[in-house]
Amino acid sequence: MHISYFTERPYRYVPNDLVIQNGFFGNPNKYFDPVKGGQLLNEYLDEKLLAEELGFDGVMLNEHHDTSFCMGSVMNVEAAVLARITKKVKIALLGNPLPIVGNPLRLAEELAMIDMISGGRLVSGWVRGGGSEQFASNANPAFNREYFNEAHEVVVKAWTEPGPFRYEGKHFHYRFIDPWVLPIQKPHPPIWIPGLLSPETVEWCAEHRYPYIALATFLPPTVDLWDFYRDAAAKQGYQVGTENFGYLQKVYVAESEEKAHEIAKYDMFGGAGIGYSLFGQPQWMFPPGYNSKQATRRIARQFTAPDATQGSPWASAAAGQRSAHETRQNISAAQVEHRSGIWGQTRDSVESTRGQIFGSFPEVEKQFQIICGTPRSVLPKIRKVLECLRPGIFFFWQNDGPIKREDRISNLKLLGTEVVPAVREMAKELDLKSPFEVQPGSRPLPPSGKPESVGSLQPLAGIFN
Amino acid sequence: MAQNSQEWQEETLRVDQTDLVIVKGGTGRPLLVLHDELGHAGWLKWHSALAREHTLMIPLHPGFGRTAAPEWIRTIRDMAGLYSIMLRQQKLAPIDVIGFSLGGWVAAEMAACNPDQFRRMILVAPNGIKPTQGEIRDIFQMMAPDQLRNSVLDYENTEEFASLFGGIGPEQFELWEDARAQTARLAWQPYLHNPSLPHLLEVVDTPTLLIWGKQDSFVPLNAGEIYQRCIRGSRLVVFDQCGHRPEIEKRADFLRETQSFLA
Repeated sequence: MHISYFTERPYRYVPNDLVIQNGFFGNPNKYFDPVKGGQLLNEYLDEKLLAEELGFDGVMLNEHHDTSFCMGSVMNVEAAVLARITKKVKIALLGNPLPIVGNPLRLAEELAMIDMISGGRLVSGWVRGGGSEQFASNANPAFNREYFNEAHEVVVKAWTEPGPFRYEGKHFHYRFIDPWVLPIQKPHPPIWIPGLLSPETVEWCAEHRYPYIALATFLPPTVDLWDFYRDAAAKQGYQVGTENFGYLQKVYVAESEEKAHEIAKYDMFGGAGIGYSLFGQPQWMFPPGYNSKQATRRIARQFTAPDATQGSPWASAAAGQRSAHETRQNISAAQVEHRSGIWGQTRDSVESTRGQIFGSFPEVEKQFQIICGTPRSVLPKIRKVLECLRPGIFFFWQNDGPIKREDRISNLKLLGTEVVPAVREMAKELDLKSPFEVQPGSRPLPPSGKPESVGSLQPLAGIFN
Repeated sequence: MAQNSQEWQEETLRVDQTDLVIVKGGTGRPLLVLHDELGHAGWLKWHSALAREHTLMIPLHPGFGRTAAPEWIRTIRDMAGLYSIMLRQQKLAPIDVIGFSLGGWVAAEMAACNPDQFRRMILVAPNGIKPTQGEIRDIFQMMAPDQLRNSVLDYENTEEFASLFGGIGPEQFELWEDARAQTARLAWQPYLHNPSLPHLLEVVDTPTLLIWGKQDSFVPLNAGEIYQRCIRGSRLVVFDQCGHRPEIEKRADFLRETQSFLA
C-alpha cells in the first residue's frame, strides 16, 4: 500500500463569521495578509518534510482558487519546492485542474520539470476544478469536460511523442510541440484521478487504466462505484485490483479521546460534513453547463421545489449513503446535493449556522467522514474502511479548520509513529497492493470473463442502520 | 401558455442539418421573433396582440433545450448565420424582426452581415455591445430563478411575471440550464458582446427601433445609446420604471411603439 499525507493548506486567519455567512469563496481578499500567508505556506512545506521523516510514502497537494479554504492556488509551485527539499516521498498532485489552465503545453512542461528536479517522484493527477474555479480563471464551464479531455491529450502527447509535432483540437492549437523538458519517468509519470464519484470520470479512468481516488466520499456509494470501474475495466479486458483504487480519509489522533475530538471538531469548519457546503454558494458551485444532466436534475429540485428535499442537512447526507441502492448516475449527484445542503437551509444567524455545523459532528463521525481518537482507538475504524474499499493507495487527510500549530504537529507525529506502521501491517495482511507494486490494468480477467469486485459492503454491515 | 394554445403551433424546419423548432402563430406579414438567453418564455399577451397583424415565427435557438445545437455554432455570429440560411431557404427576406436581449444581439449580427434581409428591425435591450458606462450584468453568477427575477424591475408587481415560462419549476429549471449552458458556449468570452459589432453595424441602414427600460440592470441603457449611434437613423425609446423586459413590464407602451413602427 502507498500511504500519503494531505492537508488543504488553509489560510487560517480569515474571520470565521465571514465564512459562515458567505462561504469560503467570494470573500474580498482584503482579509488576506500575504505575510501571514507566506508563513503558513512555509509551515505546510515543513509539515510535508516532517511527514517524509515520519515514514509516509508520499505527500499530496491539491489546488483551489480565490479561497481561504486552500492556499494552493498554483500547487505546481509548492510541488517544485517539495521536489527539491524532500528526498524520497512521492509528490502526488491531485490534481491539476486541466480545464482551467488555459495552456496545457505549459502545464506539461511544469510537471516535467517537477519530475526532473525530484528525480522521478511525481504522481500527476487531473481534476475538472470546482465550479468556483471556473469563475476564478474565467474558464468556460460549458466546455469543462471538452477542455479536460483535450488538455489531457495535449499533456500526455507532449510527454510521450517525439517532437516537433502539431496539435490542432477544438479548443487547443499548437503548431509546434517540442518541449526540451521531459519527465524522467517513462512512458510518463503515474496518473491518478481524484474525484467525488462522477461515473463519467470513473469510466474514463477505467479506459485509461488510471487509479481512481475517492475523496472522502460516503462508503457505500464508493463501493458501488468501484464495481462500476470493475465493469468498465472488464470491457477494456482487464481485472481491477487494489492498485486501481485510492481513498482519502480524515483521521485525527491525540493522546486522549477528548483531545482528539476537540481538534477534530474544528475540522467541521474546514470541510467535513455540512461544513463542506460552505465551500461555495450554489451560484458559484453550479455554473452553466458544468454539471451532468443527472446532477442538474437534483439541483433543479433543490432550487425550485425545496420541499422535495427539505429536512436536516443529514437527510441529504443519508441520501448519499442510501444511494448505493439508487441508480448509479444519481450517486455523484447526491454527493453534489449534499455538499450544497447548507444554502438551502433557513439560516437565521451566524450562531445558529455555527451550531448546525458543529452539531452535526456525531453524524460525521458515525458515517466515518472523520475518524478520530487515540492511535489505538482509530485503528479498528480505519481497518473497516480498508476492508470495505480495499484501496491500494491511502491518503490521511487532517489539519484543516482553525487547528493550532502544536496540535497539528502532535497529530501528525502520532499518526506517523503509531498509526501508519499499524496500517501498513493491515495492508500487508489484507494484500492491498499499490500501483507501484502492481501495474494498474495488468491483471487478466478470470477465465470465466466475469470480473471480481474489489470492494465490499459486507464489512459495514450494521454500521449505518 | 396553455390558455393560448389555440393561437400558436409548433413546426420543425430543416435548416443546414439542424431541425429547428419554430413556434408559429398569428396572421399577416411574417415577424421573426428572436428570444432571449433564458429561452422562449411562452405565448404571452404581447404575442397575442402582435399576432393580430403579423405571423409570428419564433425559432427556439439551437442548444436552448428544444432545438439540438450543431457543433459548428460556436458564436452568436454563427447563430445569426443559421437564421440567415433559414430566411434565404424559406424566401422570407426581407422580413421584420424583433429580438430580445441575446436574440436582439443575434438580429444585430444578422443585420451587420446583410442589412437587406430585414425590412424593419426592433431590438429590445440587446446585449452584443459593451457599454462604456456600467457593465453587462453577470448572469452566470446567479442561479436561473434569480436571473429571471432580476430581469425585471419589480417581479412581485409585474402582472405577467408569474406566467413567464409557466412558472419556476424543476423541469423548467433544467431547460434554463440548457439555455444558460448554450449561452455560455456562445458568449462566455468576450462576455455577452462582440467587440467588432459597433464597427460592423456601420453598414446597417435598416429602419431600426431600439427599446430599453431605463432601469435595466442587465444591459445598461448606455449600451442602447451606443447602438443608437452605430445604427444610422435608428430611434431609441426608453421606458421609465422598467427593467430588462419592457414587453411585459410596460406592455401597453411596448405595443404602441412596436405596432406603429411595424405598420
